[in-house]
Amino acid sequence: MNMMASGLVPLNLTVNGAPVGRMVAPRTTLADFLRTELELTATHVGCEMGACGACLVLLDGAPVHSCLVFAVQLEGAQVETVEGLVARGAIAGLQSAFHERNALQCGFCTPGMLVNAHALLERGGVPDRAEIRDALSGNYCRCTGYEAIVDAIEAAARAAQGSGR
Amino acid sequence: MNAPAAFDRPRHTADAPAPGVHVGRPLPRPNAKRLLAGRGAYVTDLKLPRMLHAAFLRSPFAHARITRIDVEAARAAPGVALVATGEDLARLCAPWVGTLDHFKGMKSPPQMPLPLDRVTWCGQAVVAIVAESRAAAEDAAELVEVDYEELPVLADLDTALAADAPRIAPDFSDNICFRSVVETGDVDAVFASAAHVVDAQMTFGRHTGVTLEPRALIADYDASEHSLTVHHGTQTPFQFQDLYARHYGIPESRVRVIAPDVGGSFGVKLHVYNEDMAVIGLSMLAGRPVKFVADRLEAFVSDIHARDHRVKARAALDADGRLLAIQAEDETGIGSFSTYPRTSAVEGNQVIRLIGAPYRMEAYRGDLKVVFQNKTQTSQYRAVGHPIACAVTEHLMDRAAARIGLDPFAIRARNLIPDDAYPCESATGYKFEKLSHEGCLAKLRTLMDYDRLRADQAALRPRGIHRGIGIAAFVEITNPSPAFYGIGGARISAQDGAVVKITPSGEVRCLISVTEQGQGTETIIGQIVADYLGVSRDIVRVITGDTQVTPHGGATWACRGAGIGGETALQAAKKLKANVLAVASAILQARPEALDLVDGQVVDKAGGAVRISLAEVARITYFRSDTLPPGTDAQLTVAHHYAPRGYPFAFTNGVHGCHVEVDAETGLVKILKHFVVEDCGRVINPLLVEEQVRGGVVQGLGAAFFEECRYSDTGQLVNGSLADYLVPMSCEMPDIVIDHMETPTRDTELGAKGCGEAGTAAASAAALNAVNDALAPFDALLTQIPMTPARILRALGTF
Ligand code: FES
Ligand code: FES
Repeated sequence: MNMMASGLVPLNLTVNGAPVGRMVAPRTTLADFLRTELELTATHVGCEMGACGACLVLLDGAPVHSCLVFAVQLEGAQVETVEGLVARGAIAGLQSAFHERNALQCGFCTPGMLVNAHALLERGGVPDRAEIRDALSGNYCRCTGYEAIVDAIEAAARAAQGSGR
Repeated sequence: MNAPAAFDRPRHTADAPAPGVHVGRPLPRPNAKRLLAGRGAYVTDLKLPRMLHAAFLRSPFAHARITRIDVEAARAAPGVALVATGEDLARLCAPWVGTLDHFKGMKSPPQMPLPLDRVTWCGQAVVAIVAESRAAAEDAAELVEVDYEELPVLADLDTALAADAPRIAPDFSDNICFRSVVETGDVDAVFASAAHVVDAQMTFGRHTGVTLEPRALIADYDASEHSLTVHHGTQTPFQFQDLYARHYGIPESRVRVIAPDVGGSFGVKLHVYNEDMAVIGLSMLAGRPVKFVADRLEAFVSDIHARDHRVKARAALDADGRLLAIQAEDETGIGSFSTYPRTSAVEGNQVIRLIGAPYRMEAYRGDLKVVFQNKTQTSQYRAVGHPIACAVTEHLMDRAAARIGLDPFAIRARNLIPDDAYPCESATGYKFEKLSHEGCLAKLRTLMDYDRLRADQAALRPRGIHRGIGIAAFVEITNPSPAFYGIGGARISAQDGAVVKITPSGEVRCLISVTEQGQGTETIIGQIVADYLGVSRDIVRVITGDTQVTPHGGATWACRGAGIGGETALQAAKKLKANVLAVASAILQARPEALDLVDGQVVDKAGGAVRISLAEVARITYFRSDTLPPGTDAQLTVAHHYAPRGYPFAFTNGVHGCHVEVDAETGLVKILKHFVVEDCGRVINPLLVEEQVRGGVVQGLGAAFFEECRYSDTGQLVNGSLADYLVPMSCEMPDIVIDHMETPTRDTELGAKGCGEAGTAAASAAALNAVNDALAPFDALLTQIPMTPARILRALGTF
């Protein structure tokens, strides 16, 4: 706020395909920047220490914990959040598989799960259940038993395979 | 005429189920689509105009006198709107005491939002700072100076119970919050003459809820109207409406609590927390909305913890392995005060009443001591008391089986209350309408392929692979009646309410007091309304979680959403259907009994010919009432309230099986598979029931293997972060196989009982038995959870 006024740093990056320019405090994490500055609240914060995976976003295409990255480190970077993935239809298959299988309860972990699952499926092929469980090893879910999430990701991978992706 | 807009229609209406068949179908949740689109609206995501943020300075000591607080520098810090101490808030807020009248002799110190002169646990909030941003508030918190004089710490049960222990409150004669004894039959005589007696001393660690979304609320007090709006991540909005009104002296009708999307709850989010209560006062002082979101560290030190029991128990059996009696003493540490308004005594009370619940026996004695300590409070968390009672009972059953030379299935089959013995009463006085233990046990045996697992176990032993199988039967308390809290003077509703209406377009809105935290409340209520009203699910919109909009009710706790909320919706839907048919009969000049409502069409009951659409009935009622015959009572909105009568609880029952592999060198356990057969009466949506049960199992397995709040001798929580406190992750969790029995309760037309605690109730008991089964050849025995690798190695004598 005004206390930091003198310490703000200019930042220009691309978020969900659109250019964004802001003045930010150096201590602002990417998670806070997205949530409070850009009101992209699908990115959730559950631990602020890289343990829960609720805050995963894509940074230049790779999943990163947005709670562990400072916004000012991202000059010129490409960030994509769940809002962006949804808007361009990139995770429609995952969304419908999660819905069909009820692979979410409260849904607070879900955006992080979707980002991670999307990155996994981008590698191509149908990962086996152990691979999926392993890929999710940084995503905490308190509500489900994980099994439905694994089922949904497996189903989405198969569907993508079937549709010739 | 314009057709009604199809906002909520799913895209593939072709394969949507026909009306009248929604209940019992595995339908996905319509509201999950919004969460999957990143459009959840959790309190953490909300922002109000001119909103301020609160942070709290917390006590570094578990027990200390506050000798001086200096907040001047913090008040002057940039962005700070106000700094409040205990005294500032005590002027606004009446103190509270966490006792219930029907727990005779129960005591607890009064509580204030912030302490006046003494802190009683490490992490207790002491000073509140309200600023333009959370960061600014935290910066200013560092400028607050508090001087403390350390006092002796009650860090464990023995210290607290010692005769010369310092008292948790100066005017208390001891550190016991509540004591209770349940006794049936001549326990001592039965033990004296029994062929076999087995005993156990068991320890259950403290763990905590770890909802992924931490506690969060935004209080918005408006002095111009003397009204308060609170956006609150809670499962029980009406309870908080009442509490905020009474403790802050605001008329109840002017307090609105809105619980939108809630990121996990499990009982954590229905207790009164000091900070949450403080935030109401902070908004009054600031005259602006104030938001507080606990960070993860704050969640660990201030959310309720659960369990923390030490149980000494023994069982008496005859020569054939028939259970004769159980005797148990439970000592449980609850922290420095009992929670409000549900108290911290309910868990222990349920432990001594649920021990032995699935089995027949002639004598029982349970003795409970609820003990204060200088720690975070413990209270009701998913499956209150059940996991402790179940682990004690099922551990004793396995010990007895081993002593007598019976298979774990055989000893249970011999002792479970037979399926034809109902109605009957447990040794502790619970009245059972009808349970299905024998049926569940038989199903589990097949589901697990038990004989094959035993054969594999024997074949793998010589190769140094140690697998174990654990069985645990349970009884789960659901659908609580007013006899649960109401009788003790707590203003916690056991009834629920629903308002169901036909909209002018012929769609349906259902406002209901039970709330949604992801378990699927809105979905099942929609299924029930659709079926009993006679419309398709996709035109029913269910609205929950707003005290200004929905009728008053208990909401979601103790597994009452389906059983009580569902019945409420059902009866409301039936009432509304009768009204619709009455109006239609006036329009059609027909007898209402000759009509029916099917798939949104009024039809002839005989033959099914369509007479008029629901949308047309609605159009005429709302816009052309002049065309209705005189005297037509056109009520297309109905309200219905329902509270359980008959049995005080509807009990769900079931049995778990756990299959593990223990590495005797490292103490690491691989959970190979977990099996559950449960009977929650009428299953409204198997997809949701099964996911609830799976989620519950994982929380039980977390308690069994990973989760523990560890304290130092000085009462410091030493593992308050998600890096140090282990939670179950996908790699450690097994696939969980579920099957059902269905014994509907006859107390309601719907017949549903709860299922939310069924997973947690017995998972850790089954896991404990499985690990002990795996370690049987080593003569090692675990009686403590979590079963960490170090504890397993200690049991093996190698560490
Ligand atoms: S908030 Fe970033 S990993 Fe938990
Ligand atoms: S659905 Fe609630 S944390 Fe995963």
